[in-house]
Formats: sequence, structure tokens, C-alpha cells
Amino acid sequence: MNSTLETIEAMERPPVRMSSRLEGELLEVSMGPQHPSTHGVFRMNVALEGEIVRKLKPVFGYLHRNHEQIGEHTTYLGSMPYTDRLDYFCSMTNNWAYALSVERLAGIEVPERAQYLRVILAELTRLQNHASLLGFLLSDMGAWGTPLMYAFREREKILDLFESLSGARMMCDYMRFGGCRVDTSDEWLTAAKKIVDRFPKFLDEFDELILGNEIVIARTQNVGKLSADLAINAGITGPMLRACGVNYDIRKVDGYGFYPRFKFRIPLGEHGDTYDRLMMRALEMRESVEILKQALAQIQPGPILNPKVKIRAFRPPVGEAYGRIEAPKGELGFYLISDGGPNPYRYRVRPPSFINLTILEDMCLGHTVADVMVILGSVDIVMGEVDR
Amino acid sequence: MESLEQIKAQAEAAVPGTKVDIVANPGPANQPSLLIDNEHALTFAQFLRDDPALRLDFCSNVTGVDWLDRVVKKPAKIKTVVDGIQKEVDQTSEEKIPGYLEAVYHLYSVTHKHGPVIIRMRTADRAEGARLPSLTPVWRSAEFQEREIFDLYGVRFDGHPDLRRILMWDEFEDHPMRKDYVQPDDFEWEPTPHDEVLARAKQHYTPRPQLDGAEKITATDLHR
Repeated sequence: MNSTLETIEAMERPPVRMSSRLEGELLEVSMGPQHPSTHGVFRMNVALEGEIVRKLKPVFGYLHRNHEQIGEHTTYLGSMPYTDRLDYFCSMTNNWAYALSVERLAGIEVPERAQYLRVILAELTRLQNHASLLGFLLSDMGAWGTPLMYAFREREKILDLFESLSGARMMCDYMRFGGCRVDTSDEWLTAAKKIVDRFPKFLDEFDELILGNEIVIARTQNVGKLSADLAINAGITGPMLRACGVNYDIRKVDGYGFYPRFKFRIPLGEHGDTYDRLMMRALEMRESVEILKQALAQIQPGPILNPKVKIRAFRPPVGEAYGRIEAPKGELGFYLISDGGPNPYRYRVRPPSFINLTILEDMCLGHTVADVMVILGSVDIVMGEVDR
Repeated sequence: MESLEQIKAQAEAAVPGTKVDIVANPGPANQPSLLIDNEHALTFAQFLRDDPALRLDFCSNVTGVDWLDRVVKKPAKIKTVVDGIQKEVDQTSEEKIPGYLEAVYHLYSVTHKHGPVIIRMRTADRAEGARLPSLTPVWRSAEFQEREIFDLYGVRFDGHPDLRRILMWDEFEDHPMRKDYVQPDDFEWEPTPHDEVLARAKQHYTPRPQLDGAEKITATDLHR
């Protein structure tokens, strides 16, 4: 080859260094919204150095339908079935949080049997939410299908209970201001007892199969650590907060419903990593089973709806109220302002999984992309609630 | 926990120059709130978080409220002299309250397990550039929620680390949670290059006034 041509080529092209890594260069990747493990239409803009996450910005709004404005344009009762669509895994707890806020706003008492039913249904919801979360989390780690199907088998039994009670598996629309919509039969309670009594067997099996698994431990321990101070400051609630060792459960703190009547313990984590968050769910299910056993033994016949409440043409007095419950994902609150009219002046949902995403970046920095999926899975998000 | 009056007195002593009002809540919920002044909001929030007796370290819920211009009618009995006899006459005085945007914070204490203490801040008006100080430096949980208020209500939070739209798309212009928001007839409409091309093409036509206005074409014209 001509030597002058070689020098021209060398002048025009910059020297190429052979290296397997992008030296300090960041590669921006948009994960989602159509990604199998982002749990719905969730998107993250991730800046990667090799495989390590250096920056992460969550992007919301793909499922936004301005739920709050729709709530302000419908009557108080009309919003009740719509709350089912927030966190579509846990419609019973959504109903309860909304009913609780309206009851505070209007000063409504709830009869005893309805309170027991609410506790039973909320704890059943917690069981099925936590069971399916563990299944999804293992799916994210690569254990495709089998653990999820184990969890869904149990979830399906609980959804059958919901269906026979309210007519719908997931969109239950069961609670009303001052009580519940329909009464249960004794057969239903017997069936619920049976499912609750058998549930620990599933938990034992699940624990043995999965929670001691070498790969699960390698993928989750010391991954996505969160300190207790940051968790409190960032408003993290639910199992995520308790995994950091913070003893804060609204069932104990506020004592809403009939929770003060039941004996149960609050499981707490030590390290605040993904493994602790995973274990929180497994342990909380055992405590829920304890609550359910007590509630199913104590429930007495009686009225289920406060007869003084006008369900139709319902107009609470002027004022505002904030009511919150311990939903399976964290603190679910409703903030309502009434101007005395048939629909709320302001209807606000405090979604737990939306606020729990605040520290997603802090948890993911320095971990690999594969870990991001596991960390996100352990946050437990449902986009119906995040985007509203 | 102390009552709101005590918190107000303590805060006014701890944060010099601040002015705190108690907003009554007439409903049965019994959740009155503190209206704080925007200038000292950050130091006031720091006091609430760090005071050893209060320790409101957990900011649960942050939300906006839009209050339109209101007219409050106040019935009053006024003594007047009619025909030499003193009478009480019912009169209603009207008070105009200009509209404002509000940010409401629900605070709890994880350390002492008490709450809620509700604080609120008000903007001067409902204009597009309405401003409030951001409390995200004090409570990180306000980060996404203040972004949401900015997105849906159009309140600009001074001192927020990353104030962008969060639920609506970046190109969206209005604030849909405002009470006077009007939905567009067609969300899908956007200007296409097609329209521009058509407009440009129209400029090349020679003007034909007798044909462009259909009302000027008559049967007699056509048959001539």
C-alpha cells in the first residue's frame, strides 16, 4: 500500500483503542413501558456504565386518567367502584380506605359485624397480594412460572371467596359508608376458615422451596439497601419501611377498624435489603393468618350497615377529612374536602406505591440492570395506583 | 401530642417573624390545620421535623387544592331607625374572597407515633406563575407529590430539585386539576405538516372571487 495514503488515513481517523468497556461513557437506556418485568406500563430512563446503573429516572403517566378529577365529578357513592381500579390487586382495602375517609368526613359509625367483615376481607386481600408479589418477584429473578403458579393457586382460592361474596373476583365494590354491601352466609365463613387453616401449609412449602434457595439469597441479600432514616424521610410505608427495622404499622398506630381487638405481631427487618423486603411479606402473611383465625372465631351475627346513613343522595357536612389504612402496599389514604354538595370538592388519593418509588434511584445506584428488576419487584407497584 | 394552639405558640417563638393561623375544620372529622406563611415555611417545616417533642419526621400526604373566587354572604342584623321606631333589619353583607391555590401537607411522627398535623400554604393568586416554597429539602416524600401539584395545578415550587411534569406529558400546556379547566374537544388533534402544505398551496391559487363565494353564483350566471 502507498505510504502517503496510510498517513492520510491515520490523520483522518482517530486512533481506536481496543477495550471491552465504555471508558467512563454512559449509555442511556429506556426500560419500559413495554417491558415484561416492569409490572405494567412503567418506564425508567437508566444511564448505564457497562452493566452498572449510574442514574435512574422513573417516568410515569402512561396509565393516567385523572382519577381524582373523575372523583370530583361523581357522587361519593359513585367513586366507590372506581376505587377498585386504583390498585386492582387489592380492591377490598381500597374500598375500606375510601369508606373510612367518608365515614370520618360525615361522622358515621360502623356496626360490629361490618367491622369484622372488613378486617377479614382486608387480611384475605393482604394474603393474596403478598403471595402473588412473592411469585412475581421470583419471576423477575428468573424462576419463570412455577413459583408464580404456586402463589396464584392460593390467590385463586381467595378470589373465589371474593366472587361468591361480592360477585366479582377483583373489582369487588363491596364496602359502603357505614358498613358493607351484602352479608355473608355461614357457609362462606366456613369456607374462609378452611382456606385460612390450610394457608400456613402453603407458606411452609413456599418457604422451604424458595426463601432458603441459594440463588434467591445471592440475588437479594445486600441488594437495594435502604437506610431507616432515608425511608422515613422519603415517606416510605408498608413492608418496605418495616424491612428497614422501623416499627410503624398503621393497624397498630391508628388502631382503625377492630384491629386493637386482635393479637398480632409486626415483623421487622434488620438490613433493609431486598431479601428483608421479601421476608416481610412472607412473615406478614403468617400474622394475617393469625388475625383471620381470631376474627373468624369472634364474628357474631348482626346488622352490617348503619341504618342512619343515606347511601343515595348522600351529602356530608362541610369540612375535610384524611383517612388512611395499612393497605398491603403501604399507607393508602384518601383526603376529602366537602362543600356540602353531592360530590367532593377535592378528592385525593395518597397512593402508597407511587410514593414508595421516590427512592428507587437511591436503591438502584451501583447495582446491575438485572438487580434493578428485582429491586423494583420488591417495591411492589401497581400502575393503576401509581398513575391514577 | 400538643394541641395546634401550643404548636402555633412554640413555632412562633422558635421561628422569629413567622405568622401562623389556625384554619378551622367545621366537619366531624376534627382535623383543623395550620396556615403558615410562605416566607418562613422552610424554617417552620424544619422546626416541626426537628423539635424533640413534635418530631414530625414523616410527611405522608402532599396535595393541592384549587379555590376559585368566592363570595361569602354574611347575614347580619343591623339596627336602623324606620319611621322613628328602632327596628332590627336583616341585611346580608357580601365579602369577595379572591381565588388561590393551596398546598396541604399531612404530617405524622414515626418516632412518637402521633399525628396528623396538617399544614397548608396558599399562593397569592391563581395566575400561571403562582409560587410556593418547596418543602422537599425537609421531607423527601414531597418530591414526587410536589411535582404532581406542579403538573396538575400549576404551582411552581421554589427550591424543588427536579420540577417537571410527572403524570401528563411534557408538551401538555394546561393544568387539568384546576376547577376552571376545560377539556379539549379532541385530545388526539395535533397540527400535521399536511395542513401547512395545504395552506401554502392555497397561496398559489389565483384569486377567483366570483367562484370562491358560492352565494354569488346564480343560475343566470351559469347559463349566460
